[in-house]
Amino acid sequence: MKGFAVQIEGLHKSYKNVVALQNITVDIKPGELFGFIGPDGAGKTTLFRILASLILPDKGKVELMGYNVVQHYKEIRQRIGYMPGRFSLYQDLTVEENLRFFAGVHGTTIEQNYALIKDIYSQIEPFKNRPAGKLSGGMKQKLALSCALIHKPEILLLDEPTTGVDAVSRQEFWHMLQNLKKSGITILVSTPYMDEASLCDRVALIQKGEIMKVAEPEVIINDFDHSLFGIRTNKMFPLLHDLNEFKLTTTAYRFGDTIHFVSSKDANPKKELISWLELKGHQNIVIQPVAPTIEDCFILQMNQQN
Amino acid sequence: MMKQSVSEPVIKVRNLVKKFGDFVANDHLSFDVQKGEIFGFLGANGAGKTTAIKILCGLQKPTSGEIQVAGYDVYTQAELIKKNIGYMSQRFSMYEDLSVRENFQFYGGIYGLSGSEIKERTKEMLEDLQMTHISNKILREIPLGWKQKLAFSVAMVHHPKIVFLDEPTGGVDPITRRQFWEMIYTAADKGVTVFVTTHYMDEAEYCGRVSIMVDGRIEALDSPEALKKNYNSTTMNDVFIKLARSSGNTN
Repeated sequence: MKGFAVQIEGLHKSYKNVVALQNITVDIKPGELFGFIGPDGAGKTTLFRILASLILPDKGKVELMGYNVVQHYKEIRQRIGYMPGRFSLYQDLTVEENLRFFAGVHGTTIEQNYALIKDIYSQIEPFKNRPAGKLSGGMKQKLALSCALIHKPEILLLDEPTTGVDAVSRQEFWHMLQNLKKSGITILVSTPYMDEASLCDRVALIQKGEIMKVAEPEVIINDFDHSLFGIRTNKMFPLLHDLNEFKLTTTAYRFGDTIHFVSSKDANPKKELISWLELKGHQNIVIQPVAPTIEDCFILQMNQQN
Repeated sequence: MMKQSVSEPVIKVRNLVKKFGDFVANDHLSFDVQKGEIFGFLGANGAGKTTAIKILCGLQKPTSGEIQVAGYDVYTQAELIKKNIGYMSQRFSMYEDLSVRENFQFYGGIYGLSGSEIKERTKEMLEDLQMTHISNKILREIPLGWKQKLAFSVAMVHHPKIVFLDEPTGGVDPITRRQFWEMIYTAADKGVTVFVTTHYMDEAEYCGRVSIMVDGRIEALDSPEALKKNYNSTTMNDVFIKLARSSGNTN
C-alpha cells in the first residue's frame, strides 16, 4: 500500500450542465476517520459514488490504496465497504439472509469475520429472522453497517449514515465508529450535521461541489479569525434585524437560545453595540464571548465565498 | 421569545390513544397548542410522532380520545381540518417535474382558490421569497434549500390556521436553515400556528414550547428554558438524550 488510503487530485464531475464536483483535492491517511461535512447538494453522494467506483470522474485522479477507480475498480471493490445513503439492503430477506448474502458475494462467511461486526451485529441478532424491511430505522442502520463490514474491508465509505436519525441513535452510531476505528480501518463518512465534525480526526467542509477547507476540527475552530458573541435581550424577535443593521456586523444569526454575532475583524464592538441596542429599545442586554463551533465556521466560510 | 396569546387553543388533544393491534403507538397524549405558537414536537425515531401527526391532520382515526384541530373534531370533521391546515415534509412536498408556478397553481387549485386568487397569492409569495425570476423553472433544477422555502410557501397558499412541518430543514445548509426559521417566525407573528418536528436540537430552542415523546408518551412539555432547567442541562440536546435514553425501545 502507498502512503495514502485515499488520494484525490483535481477531481471534476458534471451532470450535463450541472457541476457536481469541482477541483476536489484531498489525501486521507490509513486509519483516519475522515468526515465530509456539508448540506444536501454539496456533492457528497457524487463523491462517494466515484470513490466506490460506481460512476466515473470527468477529470482528475482518484486512488484508493494506490488503485485507480477507473482502471482498477475490481481491486477496489474487494477492499471497500460502501453504505449508501438510501437503505439498499433486500427488504424481503431476513436480517441474517442479508448478511450472509453480502458475505457470500465477497467470498467469505459470517463466521469468518464475526469478530469485526460482533459489537454492532449482536444488537440486532435477536431479530435475525425478521425481514430487513420490517426493522426500525436504528436497526436498519446497524444491519447496513454490518453488511458493509462483513468482508473486512480496508476502507469504509459511509454516505450520510445519520441523516434523518434522532439525536440518541446518532450518538450511538458515532460511538460504534470510534470503536471500529480501533481495528485500523480507514473510515470516510459524510454528514449534513455540523456537530458531528468534532467526532472526526479530520474534516473537509464541502459546499456547492467545492471543498472550502480541510483540517482537524480543532484547527478549523482555531482559524475562526473574527470575534464571536452570543447575545440575548428582552426582545429576541427584533434583535436579529437590529443586529443586521449595526455597522460593525459581519454576520448575525440565531444559534440555540441566543443570537450569534460575528463582528468585523479587528473591532471590539461591545460598547458601541450596547449603545446601538439600547437606542433600538432593547433592555437586559447580555453580550458574552462564545467559542465558535464548526457550524459557526461553516457559516463564516459560506459568507466569505459568496 | 414568542408572543404568548391568551388561551385560544387551536389544537386540543385529550387522552389521545392509537393502537395497532397490541402495539400502543400513542399512549394517552394530552396537550394544547395556542394560536400563533411555534410548537416543537420531538421524539426519537419510532416514538410515535408520525402517527400523532397523521391523526392531527385528519388522515387517520385515533383509537380513543378527544381531539380538536382548528376547532374541528378529528372523528367527524376530518375534511374541514384538511382545509384549514397546511402540511410540508422533507420527503414529499412538491412535484419535481412541474415548474414553481405550476406547483402553486396545483396546490391553490386543490384547496379551492380561484384563478385570480392563485395568481395574486403566487405573485405575493414569490416576491417575499425574492424568487420571482425562477417562477418558470422546473422544480428539479432548483437547489434543495430554495425548494424547502418554496414548499413552505406552497403549504401556506390557502392561508391555513395551522401549518404542520415534518422535518422541514433536514440536510439544508446552516444559512438556509436559519432563513427557513425566519419564515416560521414571520408566519407565527401573523397568527399562524406552527407545529414542527426536527432532529436538529438547536432548532428545538427556536420553539415557544417543546414536547418530547418517548415510547408513545409525552414525557416532557414546556418552554426550552424550563426544560433545560428541569433536566439540569445546558442544551436541548442534553435534555433530549436524557429523556430518550430512558426509553425501553430496542432501537
